[in-house]
This record gives sequence, structure tokens and C-alpha cells, in this order.
Amino acid sequence: MTHPLLSVRGLGVQFIGERSVAALSDVSFDVAAGEVLGLLGESGSGKSVTLRTLLRLHSPRRTRISGQILLDGQDVLALGERELQRYRGGVVSMIFQEPGMAFDPVYTIGDQIAQAVRAHEDVSREAARARALQMLDRVQIPQAKRRLDAYSHELSGGMRQRAMIALALACKPRLLLADEPTTALDATVQIQILLLLRELQRETGMSVIFVTHDIGAAVEVADRIAVMYAGRIVEENHVGEIVASPSHPYSAGLVASTVSAAHRGHVLPTIGGSPPDLSALPRGCAFAPRCVRASARCGQQPALVRDGAQALACWHPVDVVSAR
Amino acid sequence: MSAVLPTQADRGGPAQPLLRVNDLSKYFAVRNGLFGRVQQQVRAVDGVSFSVAKGETLGVVGESGCGKSTTARLIARLLKADAGEMVFDGDAVGTYGGLALKDYRRSLQMVFQDSFASLNPRLTAIDTVAYGPQVHGLPKAAARQRAAALLARVGLAPEQFGSRYPHELSGGQRQRVNIARALAFEPRLLILDEAVAALDKSVQAQVLNLLQELKAERDLTYLFISHDLQVVHYLADRVMVMYLGRVVEIGPVAELYAGPRHPYTRALLAAVPSMDPARRTEQSPLSGDPPNPINPPSGCRFRDRCPHAQAVCAGQAPVLRETVAGHWAACHLDDPRSGHTEAPVLLT
Repeated sequence: MTHPLLSVRGLGVQFIGERSVAALSDVSFDVAAGEVLGLLGESGSGKSVTLRTLLRLHSPRRTRISGQILLDGQDVLALGERELQRYRGGVVSMIFQEPGMAFDPVYTIGDQIAQAVRAHEDVSREAARARALQMLDRVQIPQAKRRLDAYSHELSGGMRQRAMIALALACKPRLLLADEPTTALDATVQIQILLLLRELQRETGMSVIFVTHDIGAAVEVADRIAVMYAGRIVEENHVGEIVASPSHPYSAGLVASTVSAAHRGHVLPTIGGSPPDLSALPRGCAFAPRCVRASARCGQQPALVRDGAQALACWHPVDVVSAR
Repeated sequence: MSAVLPTQADRGGPAQPLLRVNDLSKYFAVRNGLFGRVQQQVRAVDGVSFSVAKGETLGVVGESGCGKSTTARLIARLLKADAGEMVFDGDAVGTYGGLALKDYRRSLQMVFQDSFASLNPRLTAIDTVAYGPQVHGLPKAAARQRAAALLARVGLAPEQFGSRYPHELSGGQRQRVNIARALAFEPRLLILDEAVAALDKSVQAQVLNLLQELKAERDLTYLFISHDLQVVHYLADRVMVMYLGRVVEIGPVAELYAGPRHPYTRALLAAVPSMDPARRTEQSPLSGDPPNPINPPSGCRFRDRCPHAQAVCAGQAPVLRETVAGHWAACHLDDPRSGHTEAPVLLT
């Protein structure tokens, strides 16, 4: 990667309150133009916090952010309010798990998309509405002309998710942040949305960060996967490598405990324990208390070491040969 | 364990199904229009029949709105059915001369998806588990003793977790409390309604293992409702596929997954992610969302999303037919007499 679109370096996010919580620690990654990066992790691993920080959605009063986010050379953490308005939606856009929450219930879908277009571009009302129609067509909403005047509650779950994608892409962002966009959908609808996202990504050449807890969904769309645990990236690699030969014991455990037909009649391999409390993280590697390979050395935080396509933060990586 | 609460003994022997459901139906009224005058009906469950053998796990799959959770609630008698009957180990449920509802409810327990909403926020883990048996007449000390043993069994040390409130437990721990509470009555049938769906993957595997152990240990029978086909494949002995309130296919798990007979089952299975980036899904097996259950299509309810739909499918609703022993499907494609042009030719 010579010139990544997005470059995150040493990103740390702390929520300050009665108890301070280290939601992200020393997160570094790149996303090239036209690339799909999957962020994989369980609840509390920091994947959604990463997306929200990229859009600067956290309240500045209760959040302490350190590190650097460069998007196409622009320092995102230094943007002022005025610049942020252009940046959000215009350069970077986000879709959420619950599309019902993304739309205002008292305006029609068409009005809201047109409004977003007019907020970013100097176009007429008619042109903005025409763009809204074109976007609804593009996300394959049947009878798009009629849906333009529909309210969000009149659409089904899958249709609403399509409308939200149309809203997010209306101003041609260069980076799309997708926060579990298919988790709440039925299986047959989920695959439609995943295919649509892949198709739109290819057509527009935008970059996508796809956050999910579901390895299956990540494998369907991502080029690379970064596995997160307790606010850190623990492993990053091409999607095929992560699935076939994970090196971090946590990634390996996740892949192994993914239920499949092959497990029938056997006890499922599990990772013991449960994800840690972010306000009371153990010293050193946060996964060590659940890790079968842990040793005294794990009391020290392992650094994320890059080697070619792979990045790994572990003192005792799984031996690929023996794991197979 | 203490014999104050009578446990429900096996009566009919192993060959008699633990639960038989005949023609179960539930319609919900929907008011529409000005002043709610226009009344429509959602046929949430429409003539569902099946049986669950003793000691088996019946997986129920389908998309939202297919009636799988309503079926569970009807069986647990949280909802009253509009039509149909249930027979529990040979005894009709809730009818004159049949099994009394109180006894029926004790032989069956339910675990829900939302582990937090299904616990009382003001009861500690041990009180939650002890509550039911105590209400049914077990002395307090005995109930708490039973609760402590159960908590220990589901992997929560009672001295560490017993005095915790739901908000002090993680999702996986809360679901373990729910399972312990369900077991406190020593039920014979456990209905698990998306019980592992909300859990993190690493925790989900732990709970699935626990469920398998408990089943073997206590001769339990499971009705396992899930939208996750891989989990059902792992856990279930037989699988029932539902679509818009009807059963479209039911059969042994290996056969149904290897040779699905209904086009909907085929589409559901094709929508499961492949876990192999070299073999990604290229085409969506189905287009569109599940239709509105208020106004389902005539005839076969799946026909407007089905690639094989023909005129017969609109005219006549297919009924469940047994194709291979124990494997039933409701599709005109499967029936040589249906008149569907793609149906197999009848050899006489």
C-alpha cells in the first residue's frame, strides 16, 4: 500500500465519568482506496467505538482521544465544526444496525435523502429529488418512485436498510462505515444486503469498513480482516488467512468455535471465560486470563507487529502447522 | 432431590411422543383505518401439526414473522390457541379429564432470547432460581438449596454469583441463570426460543455445550427455536421449517440439510455464509422480504418469492406429504398428482 485512503495511528479513546473506561488503546490500521476492511470482534471489543471516532461522534466533553486519524492526508481529529459537517456524509458516511433509527419518522424517505444532498451540494430541490430517486433505484428498491414518498415505518426491515444505504451514499462518500448493517436482518435478506454492498463498492470504488461479530458475514464482503479484543487490534490479515490459519489464540478460538455441521455429535471447542470489563482491564495482554497459551510474559502488553500482510499482537502465537 | 414437589414421571414409554401438536392456530386481530374499524387478521400460526419424541431435539427455523415464537408461546400456554390441541405424553392438555394446566406448565419451561428482560431486576440469581419452587410449595431452605445446586451445575459458583443481581452479570451468565431457573421445576420439555442468539460467539459455544450436557444428564427434550441454521444443524435431531405461519418442511436433520425438498428450505440453506472467501455467494437465492402476514398470497404462501411458482401454486395450498420416511414437505413440486409441470412423473 503506497498511499492509503485512511490511516489510523495509535488511536486511543477513553470515556471519562464515574469510572473511566479505556474503550480503545493504541489502534493502528490503514484502509486503501477501494478496499473493504472487516473489523471483527465481540461486544465491547471497540469495533463500533472505532467507527464512531472516525466520524467524531463522541461527545468531546466526556471523551479523551489520542493518536492520529488521517483521511486522504487530512487530519480528522483537527477538523472544526464547520469542516466536520462537510466531512460527515460528504467524505465519510455511516450505516447502522437499526435502520429505523437513522430516519426521522415524520419526513418521507425521499425528503430526507434530498435534504442530505442539498446540505452538501448546491443543487436545486428538483435535482436533489431526482438524485434521491436515482439512489433508491440504485439500491434496488422496487417501485422506487412510490417509495420516495413513503415514511420509514412503511418499509420492511430489508427495504429500510436499502434506503439507509441510499441515504449514506447519496453524496458519494469515499469511505463507508458499516456498523453491523445485516445483524438484525433475516438470513435471506442479509445475503441480499451483503451482495448489494459488494456491488455498490465495486461500482463506486469507495472504501468500506465493515464491522461485525459474525465471521460468516465478514468473509462474504471483506478483503482484509482485523480482529479486535478489549479495545485493541490483536490480529490483521487477508480474509483467507484469518479463516484458514489464524495466529492469535483469540482469532483461532473464534474461528474454531464457529458452529458448523462438522461439530455434530462433538463438544464444541470454546474459549473459556467471558470478555473483560473495560474499566478494569488486566495488566498486559487482555486475553491472557482466557488464553490456554498464556505465560508470565503475557503480563506485558505485546506490540502489534507487522510482517507483510499480517499484523499480530501475541507472545505465543498459534503454530500454524500444529493448528491444522 | 426433595420430594415435596412431585416430578412428572414418564407415562407412555419411549415410543409415545412427549408432545403432539394438532392443527394449532392463532390469529391476531389487527385494527386498521379510521377509529380502528376495519378489522384484519394476522394468521400467525395456521394449522401447525407436529410431534416431539422423547429425548429428541426438534429445531424450528424460519424468518421473522414465520410464527416460530408464537408456536412456542402457544405450546407454553403463554398464549391461548384459537384452534388445535396438544397432547403431552398421552394426556390432552387443559381439557376435561386431561392434564391440568398447572401440572403441564411444570413439566415444560421456556428460555427466551433476551436474558435481561426475562429476569426480575430486583431478585438475585439465587432468589430467581428458588422463586418458582417456593411458590409451588417447597420450603424456603429447600428451595434455596436446590437453587444453589442448580447454579453450580450451570457453571455459576453460588457463593460468588448467587447474591448478584441481573445487571451485575454478563449476558452469558444471565442466560445460565435463566437455564437454571427453567430447570428448577425439573421439566421434561425445555423450549429454547433463540436462547443463544444474543450471545457473543465465544460464549454461545459454551452455552450450547452446557445445553447438550444438561440434556443427556436429565433426559430432557428440547424444542430449539433459532434463525441460525448452523446452530440448528449442530444441535437438532429433526428440523421443522416454517414460513408465514405454516410448516413447509420437517425431517431428520441430516436428510433435510443434504436434500432439502421445499424451495424455501433450499433458499434458506443457500443463504448461509460459506466461510470460504474463494466460494462467496454470487447470487442471492431469494429476492425481496418475507411478505406481510396480514395479507399472505393465496394458495402456497411462498409462491410470490418462489422461482418455480405456477398456476397450481396460486390455486391450491400444498399439504405436507411424506416423501422419504419421516421427511415431509408441503410443495406441489414434490407431488406427482399436483399438476405442476416440474413435478416428478408418477410411475405406476
